[in-house]
Amino acid sequence: MFASLARRIVYTLPIMAGVALVCFLLVHLAPGDPLVSVLPPDASEDLRQQLIKLYGFDRSLPEQFLSWVWRALHGDLGTSIASGRPVAAEVYKAVGNTLMLAAVATLIGFFFGSLFGFVAGYFSGSWVDRVASLLSIVGVSVPHYWLGMVLVIIFAAQLNWLPATGAGPGGSTDWHWNWEHVQYLILPAVAKSVVPMGIIARTVRALVAEMLAQEFVVGLRAKGLTDYGVFRHIVKNVAPTALAVMGLQLGYLLGGSILIETVFAFPGTGFLLNSAIFQRDLPLLQGTILVLAMFFVLLNLVVDLVQGTLDPRISRA
Amino acid sequence: MAILAGAPPAIVPVVFERSPGYWATVWRKLRRDKVAMAAGFVVLLLVLLAVFGSYITPADPFKASMLSRLKPIGTAGYPLGSDELGRDMLSRLMMGARLSLFMGITPVLAAFFLGSAIGILAGYAGGAVNTAIMRTIDVFYAFPSVLLAIALSGALGAGITNSLISLTVVFIPLIARVAESATVQVRGREFVEAARASGASAFTIVRVHVLGNVLGPIFVYSTSLIAVSMILASGLSFLGLGVKPPQPEWGLMLNTLRTAIYTQPWIAALPGVMIFITSISFNVLSDGLRSAMDVKQ
Amino acid sequence: MSADDVGGPRQPMLRVRQLVKHFPLKGQWGRGAGTVCAVDGIDFEVLKGETLGVVGESGCGKSTTARLLMHLIERTGGEIDFDGRTVGGRGLTLKDFRRQVQMVFQDSYSSLNPRLTIEDSVAFGPQVHGVEARTSVSRARELLARVGLEPRRFAERYPHELSGGQRQRVNIARALALQPRLIILDEAVSALDKSVEAQVLNLLLDLKEEFGLTYLFISHDLNVVRYISDRVMVMYLGQVVEIGASEEIFVAPKHPYTKALLASMPSMDPDRRTQEAPLAGDPPNPIDPPPGCRFHTRCKFAEPVCITRVPTLAGDGHAVACLMHEPGSGHSRAAGAAA
Repeated sequence: MFASLARRIVYTLPIMAGVALVCFLLVHLAPGDPLVSVLPPDASEDLRQQLIKLYGFDRSLPEQFLSWVWRALHGDLGTSIASGRPVAAEVYKAVGNTLMLAAVATLIGFFFGSLFGFVAGYFSGSWVDRVASLLSIVGVSVPHYWLGMVLVIIFAAQLNWLPATGAGPGGSTDWHWNWEHVQYLILPAVAKSVVPMGIIARTVRALVAEMLAQEFVVGLRAKGLTDYGVFRHIVKNVAPTALAVMGLQLGYLLGGSILIETVFAFPGTGFLLNSAIFQRDLPLLQGTILVLAMFFVLLNLVVDLVQGTLDPRISRA
Repeated sequence: MAILAGAPPAIVPVVFERSPGYWATVWRKLRRDKVAMAAGFVVLLLVLLAVFGSYITPADPFKASMLSRLKPIGTAGYPLGSDELGRDMLSRLMMGARLSLFMGITPVLAAFFLGSAIGILAGYAGGAVNTAIMRTIDVFYAFPSVLLAIALSGALGAGITNSLISLTVVFIPLIARVAESATVQVRGREFVEAARASGASAFTIVRVHVLGNVLGPIFVYSTSLIAVSMILASGLSFLGLGVKPPQPEWGLMLNTLRTAIYTQPWIAALPGVMIFITSISFNVLSDGLRSAMDVKQ
Repeated sequence: MSADDVGGPRQPMLRVRQLVKHFPLKGQWGRGAGTVCAVDGIDFEVLKGETLGVVGESGCGKSTTARLLMHLIERTGGEIDFDGRTVGGRGLTLKDFRRQVQMVFQDSYSSLNPRLTIEDSVAFGPQVHGVEARTSVSRARELLARVGLEPRRFAERYPHELSGGQRQRVNIARALALQPRLIILDEAVSALDKSVEAQVLNLLLDLKEEFGLTYLFISHDLNVVRYISDRVMVMYLGQVVEIGASEEIFVAPKHPYTKALLASMPSMDPDRRTQEAPLAGDPPNPIDPPPGCRFHTRCKFAEPVCITRVPTLAGDGHAVACLMHEPGSGHSRAAGAAA
């Protein structure tokens, strides 16, 4: 048990190094002078050289990479070119908001996904199954940013029930779990939840239908097990996989936050990325992507470990 | 014998009993799947629209008019209303099929070729080549696809070519993984050993014996990525990273029409309907293809 | 006589010396965790025109030997001469070798490409060696007819539309298509029903006669081996324990392992049925084979000397690797023993 745990953790390290390398190289993939956005067109050559030194662009690539990693490990992700503030602080502020939004969306998706999936699998082949399956395929096919717009149109513009954009009176830093704030979370969270809902519904449907067809369940029924007993039995067998899928979906939502956060002007990492891209703020872009990708890698690891504990049959070596 | 003597000699035509090939069987199964066929029909219409759309638009999709901005749906001359610059929505939606489908399908197609090549190489070569390729792919796999697409597009800068490159890079690792595992599986079968025992070169074995057995599963998997690609590609344009104005593309149209969500909300939502229809049709068709080909998920 | 024959009839078709194959085991963290000694220093010859049967329990290295001979896997050590020449040496490329030596595998389904019609499968080998597509297909049809599959009905079918016996006939036709001189049959009839097995065996015998073939016939089924083989080689844990003319092996076996194997054969004659279980337990683990004579852990004649001394395969014609047959070996039953 401990050995396999350690092996999985060790296996993740080279992937993390690779992810860091890709994030680092992004800046060098970018065409043009990275300083172009900070320097006035008539800047003196002196100032230019100073800035190049400040950002370390005068050193060799491996040197820059190692010192970048070293500083990142100490929580220093460099300085935003556009705002002049430390990237780490900006990302830290934004990650909390994105995580909150993604977690709420994942929970909504998990709840409805499991419900639809379970019903569809239980009544496999009936019209209920067909409706639930349709919902799940709609979930994975709908462009969620467009769904966000439609929700704004209906619930904000037409009905005026919920706010259209922003994160409430506390702005991006001062969040409280009250209606004042939570109402800002509802529309983006629902829009984000459709993809995990569709995927979890598909997974659960397949698992439940397969379980019910298995001989031991038929046998349990023949032995007079109640519907509740069968239900408990199914839940116990389906839960590990469904939870694993949910964990991975949380990771995808974290990374894929940019479109929804742009639609709702929600002050998270996606919003940060958007401004980094359009102001050509490469250190900010690099830092945000690094943090999100590392989150995703760690989440994968946690899902792996938890699943290994819940269901010892699965050994993902 | 006497009875037969007068009869003309029976001519038995030499007819070889030809079995239907693999793809013929798949097609026969797929044809029975009504839902998949309906989705296939929609896809066909969209493709026709992409090819011929520019010749049959009722109005000029580029002609702006300050006087007829954001006309509601059903206005005379504007069956689906007009956009924020007074251009005919119906014409622009029809014309938009071309770029939208192109932006969505091209990356998957490119990744299908490149990813298959990489995956089959890794799977057939095995050993150190496999380890080097697959560990590199693991790194790209460690990024959520949306994040990777946006990171690459963001770094490369806006534009059609850069979007296509970013999305292709996103899909290559996904397809290469499927190709690798399919190849490893086929490679272990005895017919590959038999082919080696015939003295065939690795290239010939891959061409004759591996490709035919792995391209099916890779193809099905790739078709399931088209819907994702459509959503991502129009998402990039929606963010302003893909197609540039005034080109009609559904994601970009969604973006420019955002200002109209309070005045003409249903016009603003129309381009998204097109993206949705396209992506759901590809998803349903791909599901049908998967079950017709009996590929396990 | 085949035009490929270079050494004449007295030159063995195949001469194998000290053939070794060790599979390294992968342990955790990528460290080596020992090796599996699948084939551990075997010597034998296959004479031109004969059928050499190879028997032994599963895991004794029979199939590994077949794949080594076919050069499908790299050998750890030893030499393989084909008609007096080594593969890759002067005058015999691997491609030449693989035209002259062919193999039929056990799993008739897995050994045919499901996406090719059977005529295309049969025609593939000749095409690799430069035969034009049209010619190779028409020749494939002739061969299918020869192995008993009416081409008009079968040539354009796919493997899943045939029965196991029919598929194995296709595999035989495929091996024949290259006009080989030696065919290695690795459990080629083992997966078939008894009645089908007999038909395929007779087909093999006819083809051998007709095309002047040499067979290396691997099987765990002693009855089948006795029926088809001129000589028999018995393997145990990656080594040869006895080799000799088929009748001698079956009538007067020398090695206790061979005797035990024969005793475990179901006999038709009730008087000859054995009462005791001839072979107890499973063969030892090939990762860590026993020292001395590898059979000593299961041999009822084992003595302390069997643990320390490795027997050598000795004897003209009928050779055996057992200390009881090694004069002066120190075993109480050996000739020249002190007792």
